[in-house]
Amino acid sequence: MLDTFFNVEIMKAAWPILLAGLGNTLLLSVTVVPLGLLGGLMLALLARLHSPWVRWPLMAWVDFFRAFPPLVLLILLYAGLPFIGIELGGFGCVAIAFFLNTGAYYGEILRAGIDSVPTGQTEAARSTGLSASQTMAWVVLPQAVRNVLPDLMSNTLEVVKLTALGSVVAMPELLFQARQAQSLTYNPTPIVVAALVYFALLWPLVRLLSRLENRALRAG
Amino acid sequence: MIEAIGLHKHFGALHVLKGVDLRVADRELVFVIGPSGSGKSTLLRCLNRLETPDAGSIVVDGIDLMHRRTDLNAARRRIGMVFQGFNLYPHMTALGNVTLALRKVAGKGRAEAEALGLAALERVGLRDRAGHTPGQLSGGQQQRVAIARAIALEPRVMLFDEPTSALDPELVGSVLAVMRELREDGMTMVVVSHEMGFARAAADRVVFMDHGQIVEQGPPAAIFEAPQEARTQAFIGQIQRH
Amino acid sequence: MTGWERFLDTFFNAKVMAKYWPDILHGMWVTIELAMLVVVTGIASGLALALLRAAGIRPLNWLMIFVVDALRALPPLVIIVLIYFGLPSAGLTPSGFVSTWAALALVLMAFSEEIFWAGITAVPRGQWEAARSTGLSYAQALFHVVLPQALRLTIPPLTSRTIAITKGTALGSVVAVSEILGQASSAVSNSYNPSPLILGAAAYLVLFIPVVVAGRWVETRFAWKK
Repeated sequence: MLDTFFNVEIMKAAWPILLAGLGNTLLLSVTVVPLGLLGGLMLALLARLHSPWVRWPLMAWVDFFRAFPPLVLLILLYAGLPFIGIELGGFGCVAIAFFLNTGAYYGEILRAGIDSVPTGQTEAARSTGLSASQTMAWVVLPQAVRNVLPDLMSNTLEVVKLTALGSVVAMPELLFQARQAQSLTYNPTPIVVAALVYFALLWPLVRLLSRLENRALRAG
Repeated sequence: MIEAIGLHKHFGALHVLKGVDLRVADRELVFVIGPSGSGKSTLLRCLNRLETPDAGSIVVDGIDLMHRRTDLNAARRRIGMVFQGFNLYPHMTALGNVTLALRKVAGKGRAEAEALGLAALERVGLRDRAGHTPGQLSGGQQQRVAIARAIALEPRVMLFDEPTSALDPELVGSVLAVMRELREDGMTMVVVSHEMGFARAAADRVVFMDHGQIVEQGPPAAIFEAPQEARTQAFIGQIQRH
Repeated sequence: MTGWERFLDTFFNAKVMAKYWPDILHGMWVTIELAMLVVVTGIASGLALALLRAAGIRPLNWLMIFVVDALRALPPLVIIVLIYFGLPSAGLTPSGFVSTWAALALVLMAFSEEIFWAGITAVPRGQWEAARSTGLSYAQALFHVVLPQALRLTIPPLTSRTIAITKGTALGSVVAVSEILGQASSAVSNSYNPSPLILGAAAYLVLFIPVVVAGRWVETRFAWKK
């Protein structure tokens, strides 16, 4: 059993490949998390325009991407676009798909955060002469982010986990590398090691979140 | 009716009850007063074993609450408790609150439980609110439903833990009126409260607690007009200045 | 052919769509079947775990917390791959369908256990005390008084989490489950045309848009604060 799932020889051999994969997973994460946050912020700010011409399309946009499995979006870009001559490559496809998908989630969270800041805060800031955008940037957003920090972190955890989808479009991230190593050695050890790496990487965040969520629910 | 002897209780390093003896006779109304943190609520919560004392014995209506084999749930059915924060079940109607234990603990059928529950609500003057949820009731009404929830089980003793402290002043009277009626029907009651007027009018005995001990006890007139102990004098003086 | 016509011919090719829509329809049934199984088994086992945790057996709870944490930290695709490609080495050969179902149900179990547990601990202590003071047993207080209130609190987070995990059925395509995406992908490679993908995407929207909209309604209906 140990020889099958924790084969030390194979672990040694596969380690450099996995390490390269981990590097790509991290690179992918630090690219797509800010991208998603940026998209989300844009959506949340757009939602502040209370015109129905903005609100309904926005809601449709968000629901569209919440209903769409991210893998389907990714495959659509990766396998569909080349038919009209657009080749974005694995990384580009992942970046765009995540910008659209996770942006919708981040947008919902940030919108709820902005809604949770009392209007008195805006009124106070505007009464001191701050402009609307200054008020948003210096008074409302910091409070909004703090109010929904657990949700933002929880979504970020999901985004990092989602980077494993890159393996489907031949992005050499951690899971892809592990499967390469597994198919070369006919042994599942590399996948087990990759799982352990994901666990080591994300467990602290999970623990922290679990505490924050418990506290939030108790306060609510 | 109640015989609690030598109760000790620690919360971590804090010694909350330091050897308290409390005897309550049948049909007696005992009023417990004292500064916050004096251990009076803890004492009350020991009397139905919501708190377990570290040492001492508690016998209520002939049942030894500290005995390992005692069926606490059956015993608690006979010891009603009313809480400061009402603790009504928000997901049930007033009648649902009153009938839950009737059905699950006393084993009554639905029809009988509802008849008994309506009768209990009638006694607190809220029969017409049977279908309302706690959120639709005022604080005073909620507390009266909580009293109905306890008396529907036909308890031998009623424990009141600051029943009016969470109420707006204008709602206190309706709750005290219900308590007075219970008293007139001969219910044995232990009341922790700051309602000194009620204590004077209705209590047989007032017990003053401080730092986990009973400092002094006696008829209301004696405790309020001529307290013997310095600590009692200080406390009574303080509340009368208000 | 103009550019627009070429675009339509590529992505909305009627002939290709007509040929492959029965496959996509079949994929929809597989997706629905898989999703139902995941939701029912995942939430039921999550609730069972939360109730077991309420019993307060220390070593068991530590083990439970660890397993739940692990399932939350691992990407679902990694769990699927682990089961599908890993277990055969231990003599078990689960199908792609079973692997995907097991992995997603485990993940949903972990998340729903956390949510149910948070809900149970969020019910004020006074509710327990009032129930116990009238003579209800621990189990009776839990089932009649605490759990109904806890479930109400858990509905909004549980709904959005369930939707997110159910969408993961598309991951089954990686281990050869013939659900929507799997059918669409193989249709694309057979027809050298991406129209089946568009059809598949539409199928997902048909399935999940109502769920997302219903979820939005549920979330406002059972909003956090009363």
